[in-house]
Amino acid sequence: MIWQLDLILCLFIIICAIAAINVKDLLAAVIILGAYSFFMCLLWTEMGAVDVAFTEASVGAGVGTVLFIAAVSKTKRRSKD
Amino acid sequence: MLDYVISKYNFWIYIILMMIGLYAMIGKKNLVKKLIGMNIFQSAIILFYVSTGVKAGATVPILSGHGHGHGHEVIEVAKYINPLPHVLMLTAIVVSIATTGVAIATLILIYRKYNTLEEDEILMIRKETGV
Repeated sequence: MIWQLDLILCLFIIICAIAAINVKDLLAAVIILGAYSFFMCLLWTEMGAVDVAFTEASVGAGVGTVLFIAAVSKTKRRSKD
Repeated sequence: MLDYVISKYNFWIYIILMMIGLYAMIGKKNLVKKLIGMNIFQSAIILFYVSTGVKAGATVPILSGHGHGHGHEVIEVAKYINPLPHVLMLTAIVVSIATTGVAIATLILIYRKYNTLEEDEILMIRKETGV
């Protein structure tokens, strides 16, 4: 575990989380959440949890993003906050 | 004291992430934003659990060079990262995706009934119609 890489990945994750919450366009927020999941996957590989990492990459970032995009396309894309 | 805080920096980052998710669940009005906040909250807790298994100077928990006939060497536990939190959190990731799926199905039903996803507008419609 390299602490510099760990710190940089943690900062990217926090930036992605804040951006996903504050963006008004819901489709953009969902895509940023997918980027957040991929950064999480990198962090887990760096921590040595390879099985969790590929589960997150396939299930969390893949299926989760597809589900969210389907929901946004079925409903409204704009949000007020 | 300051050294102690800095040496456990990853725990503070996980707490910040958890609070971002909690704020999105409580403070945001849009239901999709609330769901995104729930995802962030869950992944912060999973991060905390996985980070408890990390050891300094250890490698991934995959045995190499053991078994296949010459399985009498002693396995040094300190050389491998603890895989128990990984296995538990693998289940938690799958459960969180299932929860998200059910929540999205409910969200689409709410949109079909009220034609909006903002919490305050839904509450106003419910008050006007008296249900």
